[in-house]
Amino acid sequence: MSHSHVSTTINGQAVQYACPTDASLLEVLRDQLGMTGTKEGCGSGDCGACSVSLDGRLVCSCLVLGVEAQGRTVDTIEGMADKNKLHTLQTKFLEHAALQCGICTPGVLVAARSLLEKNPDPTEQEVRYWLAGNLCRCTGYDKIIRAVLEAAKAMREEQA
Amino acid sequence: MQYIAPTTSAAAVAALAACNGDARLLAGGTDILVRLQADLVEPDLLVDIKHIVACQHITEDASGFIIGAAVPSAQLGEHARLSQVWPGIVEGMGLVGSTQVQGRATLTGNLCNASPAADGVPAMVAAGATACVVGPNGTRQLAVEDIPTGPGQISLANNEMIESFSLPPRPPRSSDAYIRFIPRTEMDIAVVGAAVNLTLDETGTCIAACVVLGAVGPTFITVNAAAEALIGSQVDEAALQAVQNACSTAATPISDKRGTAEFRKHTAGVIARRAAIVAHSRALA
Repeated sequence: MSHSHVSTTINGQAVQYACPTDASLLEVLRDQLGMTGTKEGCGSGDCGACSVSLDGRLVCSCLVLGVEAQGRTVDTIEGMADKNKLHTLQTKFLEHAALQCGICTPGVLVAARSLLEKNPDPTEQEVRYWLAGNLCRCTGYDKIIRAVLEAAKAMREEQA
Repeated sequence: MQYIAPTTSAAAVAALAACNGDARLLAGGTDILVRLQADLVEPDLLVDIKHIVACQHITEDASGFIIGAAVPSAQLGEHARLSQVWPGIVEGMGLVGSTQVQGRATLTGNLCNASPAADGVPAMVAAGATACVVGPNGTRQLAVEDIPTGPGQISLANNEMIESFSLPPRPPRSSDAYIRFIPRTEMDIAVVGAAVNLTLDETGTCIAACVVLGAVGPTFITVNAAAEALIGSQVDEAALQAVQNACSTAATPISDKRGTAEFRKHTAGVIARRAAIVAHSRALA
């Protein structure tokens, strides 16, 4: 298996790595770069646990090759909090107990951030459809939806 | 496996031709990455078309829209003008997978993966879309309806690629719609799909129509009898009933875990009727 050298930007930092050409971006993040916040669930694009933003677009990192990140911008869960200050979405997830085992949580947070960047005032239905690709086997989803709606409200008030 | 990301279609096609082993094209990757991970395919060469400028954009001129082969579904939905003129194409592809998949999956991949249940295909066929196909001997235009030949099978040669799709100019009072039946509200594969594309005259009479079914045969099915029922009508109850009957008759589904053949034949008619109602109301708007 041949390796490719990749220069990319992850959470605002220039990063270089060499990876096998058939390695997924998820494998590169976790196994080569030690960024284990991004989780592997299904590995086939069904569960959303490995969600990241690629050039501002929400994708499953298991369905992206590591070599495809060349020259592009990747944003993961590790870039969400501002040092020790949690993102409003993270705070609201804690307040609303919107996680139990936590495996889906990084993917849900990255997906929710992507939604609120595009639509700061989503309806409950819009949140549910946007997050339909993020599976959670613990919460029953309702607390996740409440937390995202509350975070959206808080973020709008911060902006106002 | 070697990975390359050429910046022109000519370079991509030359690389396909020069490869002695299994060469594959990569657009959104939502099908081939799954197969790679499952070791179902082991290509010697992967040619990423996302760096080819002609594959990247949606443009509109007097002859209609051109959609680049690497344009992901999310980009279709964000294009206000395309969504207004061809809502059926946008909503068909918009049903494929999750938000994450929408960020990557392309019409091209949906077409060339050649699933009988491909949600992106019926509305493209109903629109009369053509593909700009680049090969070692140059470029040719091929009707989208001539590309799928069976489940997982297409008419393109291994050394050809789709660079873009062209949609024809849109007369006034035209619209389209795609509706599918699935047993839940999201994240599923069509049991039945139907696209209707139609044009009305000033009096509301339908003067052009195309009705295409998905997931009820080895490839999409164009139902000429349903189009003939719409043309010349006011898209009234009699015409809609004729559309429903023609589509139920034309469907040739199999029974599988997602539905029986009998259920799918009935549902093909119902879904086509609903798609005709939606396309009609959009054309009047």
